[in-house]
Amino acid sequence: MDYLAHLTLNCGIFIILAVSLNLINGMAGQFSLGHAGFWAIGAYTGAAFSTFAPLPIPDWMNLLVGCGVGGISASIAGVLIGIPCLRLRGDYLAIATLGFSEIIRLIIINMDVVGGPRGFTNIPKWANLGWVYLWVVITILVISNLMKGTHGRAIISIREDEIAAESLGINTFKYKLLAFVVGSGFAGVAGALFAYSQQFIHPNGFNFLWSVIILLMIILGGLGSITGAVVGAIILTLLPEVLRLMGPTISEWRMVIYSLLLILLMLWRPQGIFGKHEFKIFSLIKRLKT
Amino acid sequence: MSEDQLYFFYDLFQYLLNGICQGSIYALIALGYTMVYGIIKLINFAHGEFYMIGAFTGYYCIKSGMPLLYAFPIAMLFSGIMAVIVEKLAYKPIRHAGRIPALITALGVSFFFQYFGQMVLGAAPKPFPETYEDYNLLEKFGITEIIFTKTQAIIIVSTVVLMLFLRWLVMSTKVGKAMRATSFNKDASELMGINTDRIISFTFFIGASMAGAAGVLVGIYYNTIDPMMGLIPGLKAFIAAVLGGIGIIPGAVLGGLVLGVVENLVVGFWESTYRDVVSFGILILILLVKPTGLLGTKSKEKV
Repeated sequence: MDYLAHLTLNCGIFIILAVSLNLINGMAGQFSLGHAGFWAIGAYTGAAFSTFAPLPIPDWMNLLVGCGVGGISASIAGVLIGIPCLRLRGDYLAIATLGFSEIIRLIIINMDVVGGPRGFTNIPKWANLGWVYLWVVITILVISNLMKGTHGRAIISIREDEIAAESLGINTFKYKLLAFVVGSGFAGVAGALFAYSQQFIHPNGFNFLWSVIILLMIILGGLGSITGAVVGAIILTLLPEVLRLMGPTISEWRMVIYSLLLILLMLWRPQGIFGKHEFKIFSLIKRLKT
Repeated sequence: MSEDQLYFFYDLFQYLLNGICQGSIYALIALGYTMVYGIIKLINFAHGEFYMIGAFTGYYCIKSGMPLLYAFPIAMLFSGIMAVIVEKLAYKPIRHAGRIPALITALGVSFFFQYFGQMVLGAAPKPFPETYEDYNLLEKFGITEIIFTKTQAIIIVSTVVLMLFLRWLVMSTKVGKAMRATSFNKDASELMGINTDRIISFTFFIGASMAGAAGVLVGIYYNTIDPMMGLIPGLKAFIAAVLGGIGIIPGAVLGGLVLGVVENLVVGFWESTYRDVVSFGILILILLVKPTGLLGTKSKEKV
């Protein structure tokens, strides 16, 4: 039971990460490879808040404040990184964000206050399943509502054709930055939740590999689809456990299977499971009725 | 000059020398990045893995009793062939799908080689066999303060030879002309009767064999190899390629040498843990200030 609860909790955290990366990569079309960096910032500031400066209020309120601190610091980092980086396009942007996330990780390794290479220990266990899924719901609601409005349309128009969007009078830089900041902020929240549920974080747990795994989640689900991101996150969090049940050999080959999956997905179905579409339960019922 | 100053200059000279050695290795890997980018506009994330494959081929060749002189071309050939296979199986079918799917495929290939290598070759680092006695070349001239080993000489000489060979290949042969034409305008060169598919494969082959050579050189320089060794030098070589101007062959060499020297100066005069921070910082700085690189020219995107 404990094991299942732990898995469900991890699923929730990865759903937040995937949905927020999907806003940057799938909706705005800005290819970021540095999501693990924002995740790390959220986790470390959240953990530092809980260890060095917890407020004298009940734990659940502290949790909310801690998530806020993590999210806000990650979105400040998003502004600082986004303003210079978002002038770049396509693969250059991917490399620049990758560079920044590695710099963040290396700086954390060199910071002794937060444990440096030993990792951050003794973080209070504030988060439980309910709080994590509350944040999952908040993330999905905020991002899907953002996408429904004028801002969302503007963000999608940048994905479709940046030059055309600009010529229609859309301030492309502003909307790219908006997507980037909201996305990195929620990654920070996921980081704080991760710290409060695992109670131990290590800088190498936020390396380049994790940026790629989160990316794989949204590509599997379909770039630009929120439901796709949720499904992708659930599949890729459960897949290693399923592979483990299939025996130690297959479990050891997990990463090889992941990479082959990535290549084959690109060859056969580059648009992912859902493509850019959302899975809507009501329209499905309506279609079944008629 | 006081003694302190003298030793400062000895140190400086030593770090510069080490930096040039490190930089030549980066430059060799960066050449492949830059050539592949120049021809199909793909950041080949898996390029560092061909360097790893080269190092391991060299390792097994030397272990089976082959002299270094034979192990070297075999390693180059094998990593080149692997690159062509990868290009045919993974990159070619996706070439028309756009740049981002190709980039993701390259990431997948890179991870595949890393973890497949870990499973097949073992994750533990392997000691690279020594084939000759290493000594300080400068001792003959009575200098003991600065160390310039035989290995470093081999690295610099073979890098220079390979680069001259590459320059000759690209600038003075028919294949090279076809490569330049393909990178300039793929469709037009196809109309001129150039088999661009074959030229692209050949570019992958040349680029990966340069990386394979770098792998063997790193093996004899640092004496240790492991399946994950390609990740960081691959990224560093990419930084070098961007620094010099991606797609420009002399730029890769310049970028590699600059990066190698800067890294060694950071290690020498600051702190070794900041080495990677500084090189990623250089990448971001160059992307912001002059994205086309030191030797690049500006071009505006057209609709």
